[in-house]
Amino acid sequence: MGTTLTTESPIGARVPMIDSEGKVTGKGLYTDDLALPGTLVGKILHSPHAHARIVAIDTSEAVRLPGVKAVATGRETPVKYGILPIGHDETIFATDKVRYVGDNVAAVAAETAEIAEQALRLIRVDYEILPAWFDPEKSMQADENLIHAEKPHNIEKDYHHHFGDVEKGFGEADYIREDRFVCAEVTHAALEPHSTLAQYDAEAGEITVWSSTQVPYYLMLTLASTLQMPQEKVRVIKPLVGGGFGGKSEVIPLELAAAVLARKAGQPVKITYTREEVFYAHRGRPFQIVELKTGVTRDGRLTAVQARIIQDGGAYCSYGVVTILYSGQLLNAMYEIPNVKFDGYRVLTNKPACGAMRGHGTVNTRFGFEQQLNRIASVLGIDPVEIRRRNLLKAPCITVNGLRVLSYGLPECIDKVRERSGWHEKYGKRPYGKGIGIAGSHYVSGAANSIVRSDMPHSTVNLTVDGDGIVTIFTGASEIGQGSDTLHVQVVAAELGIELDRVKIVAADTARTPIDIGSYSSRVTFMAGNAAMAAARHAKNQILAAAARKMATSPENLVIEGGRVMCSDDRRLAMSFADAARLALNGDGELHATGSYRPPAEAQGGKFKGAGVGPSPAYSYCAQTAEVTVDPETGQVTVDRLIAAHDCGKAINPICVEGQVIGSVWMGLGQAVQEEMTWRNGRLMNPGLLEYRSASTLESPLIEPIIVESNDPEGPFGAKEAGEGSLAATIPAVSHAIYDAVGVWIDTLPITPEKILKAIEEKKVSEARS
Amino acid sequence: MKKRSAAQEERLPLEKEVVQLHINGQTHALRLEPNRLLLEALREDLRLTGTKCGCDDSSCGACTVLVNGQPQMSCLMLAASYQDAEIITIEGVADGSELDPLQRGFMVEGGAQCGFCTPGMILTAKYLLASNPSPTDQEMSDALSGNLCRCTGYTQIFTSVRKAIELMREREPHEVRS
Repeated sequence: MGTTLTTESPIGARVPMIDSEGKVTGKGLYTDDLALPGTLVGKILHSPHAHARIVAIDTSEAVRLPGVKAVATGRETPVKYGILPIGHDETIFATDKVRYVGDNVAAVAAETAEIAEQALRLIRVDYEILPAWFDPEKSMQADENLIHAEKPHNIEKDYHHHFGDVEKGFGEADYIREDRFVCAEVTHAALEPHSTLAQYDAEAGEITVWSSTQVPYYLMLTLASTLQMPQEKVRVIKPLVGGGFGGKSEVIPLELAAAVLARKAGQPVKITYTREEVFYAHRGRPFQIVELKTGVTRDGRLTAVQARIIQDGGAYCSYGVVTILYSGQLLNAMYEIPNVKFDGYRVLTNKPACGAMRGHGTVNTRFGFEQQLNRIASVLGIDPVEIRRRNLLKAPCITVNGLRVLSYGLPECIDKVRERSGWHEKYGKRPYGKGIGIAGSHYVSGAANSIVRSDMPHSTVNLTVDGDGIVTIFTGASEIGQGSDTLHVQVVAAELGIELDRVKIVAADTARTPIDIGSYSSRVTFMAGNAAMAAARHAKNQILAAAARKMATSPENLVIEGGRVMCSDDRRLAMSFADAARLALNGDGELHATGSYRPPAEAQGGKFKGAGVGPSPAYSYCAQTAEVTVDPETGQVTVDRLIAAHDCGKAINPICVEGQVIGSVWMGLGQAVQEEMTWRNGRLMNPGLLEYRSASTLESPLIEPIIVESNDPEGPFGAKEAGEGSLAATIPAVSHAIYDAVGVWIDTLPITPEKILKAIEEKKVSEARS
Repeated sequence: MKKRSAAQEERLPLEKEVVQLHINGQTHALRLEPNRLLLEALREDLRLTGTKCGCDDSSCGACTVLVNGQPQMSCLMLAASYQDAEIITIEGVADGSELDPLQRGFMVEGGAQCGFCTPGMILTAKYLLASNPSPTDQEMSDALSGNLCRCTGYTQIFTSVRKAIELMREREPHEVRS
């Protein structure tokens, strides 16, 4: 088992994830696996109504139930919070109104789950039911019964961008197409239900919270503000996390409820959501309407794109302002589009809030755009590969909306999937019922502007080197299964020229690790990776300086390889890394180094309203081909083959990159053909993994990833995003393949057999008429 | 006297009984309610937390254990009904400090990302390979179809199981299989 590498660089090595042994033996601990003496079970009372005023809450009977240790309602914790500074519209428990079925009304901590559940049933809430809004297009016309009084027409936020001149662009077009795409709401459904354990030390006035979070730092800040405690008295520790995909990338109500209960009860409290609660906690990808108008010249060059986008955001802001901005801003940075107009509406409805989900904001717009591009290619008789080639960016460049693109592996991605799939032998040439499709996508390597606007670095990594040459990394970045911890170890080992085994890591504990804003928007490799590299470089400089003194040479003449410090022109002149480290300690117990990362000003985008979202120091690129078989009698789609080329800059760990690309493609396939949250009057009709139709092995084709390395000039060892960018391309690629197979375009997601059959029938009728 | 509410009446505590469970080669005597699920007995009473709860309703397979060699979902099983069974959990898969080939396969081929489905996946695969050491892709797919994963798209899980087969063959070089 090749976990130990000696002289070869750990960059690009297929290193098993460093926490994988705990995962395969069952010894690794997730939040719900933790137990402290006297831990109580916490349960939350959720609203049964989609929109109602709370007239009165009577908890007296619940409080008196033997075994109940604490009951909490909204009165005691009225401080508002939200992941975005401009979206503080939630309280731990509803104070005046409930705004969706599942909204949080009260919570109980008790000795057993049975007692806690019984206590919930004893809480009496008098509601005055209000008319509710479920359809975003109707909700945005609302003049009364507003979901939040301060949001007229139930519009959370709207943006209107215009870059270049679309009227001029449409004037130059030989062909203009308008389409409307409708994308169903989907959710993360990480296999680990959210869980939080909280312990309050009354004497010290300190609280410790273990939680399944992607953002320990934000959770710590929100606990401090909502519990009205000083930041330094709040500690957040992230154990193993059983998948996130964005669903744990903001503060989730149970995290605050557990803390409130623990403080009130004076005993540890654990809350673990049921699977149904996970579905209602949601924060997933919104239902989205994409109205797109695109103009092209006769030879397929884009002249203008105009988009009107409506997102059904649910009852609270969550990440919504960012989601709607991404949906417009990232129309750009894929292809050369000289003129772009975007009207985006984030609308409130009485449903659980939508938030960030893998491919945040970009996925549904990308589906619409790529599908429309394929439709245009089909009408103009241009090969879909060729139309993409004709519209490539001329990177490095700055797009019309101010996005800086440096590394740009899209052309190579397109070539790779074209070759591997045998595109030219297949497209338009397969028998009826068989088809192939192509599409592209891209994504940020972290946002260049953090949610909390400040000059603070986005990632800081500390490390220590002791007298035995053992290196310990301290990072706030969050391992959620994507390989964050392993990445840190590889980067530091590579920079220091030592074996992986000599590097330990302490991660995601706000009392011990420096500030990192979290694992979301695919930022860890680029940002925490750069910070880790900088920290290691600082340590290395100190070690080389000490070794150079001893070896009577200058540090520039020294290298560290395979755990040995050597003179580059005479490699016999050498000492072990541990000896050099000991020299560098100079009598101190440990050598300390710190490194941080802050995106450069040039990557931070334009100056217009909403310009902060979309800019990233680097973008990943992806192209995919999908091959399908469609049964024209049943409309059933079988995906036979999916090839995904992903430009990740540099694959620091190919196992992790391939895993992320495959996982993204698979999740995109789920959204393409089967996943959908189905609502009726604010109630979710399918709050279970089977009902939601999360694909099993039987519906999952083997996915072929191809790594493309464009070596980003600013990424650590050239690396950039790998965890999300591939998701978006899968949907339009599969849809395109269905068109190639049976000649129908489906513009609404998911592409179910019913929709395909109906479209085939309609096509037959219209062909018979003409 | 105030009348007891319906809610108070419906849940009287059940009498605990001694239940003997044979888990990973050890026998444990526990005092459990008759409605205690095997999953709860493992995770809460025995602190064998490698067995996971992903859905509460047998949708996901994360709570899979081997019962007399067969994979079963412990969220559907009353602990008291399995006193005669030999139960293997993920904690019992390794041979001391020697990892099972499946465990090694999952490590080196990226079969475990978040790791939450992994214990159930490995136990189901263990049953598969015990009954069919050279499964086809379709047989593997059929066998693992009750274990959901949201990270890997199953591709690397298949690769991991294939790797385990390879490791098993290396370990038993003289055994010839088709």
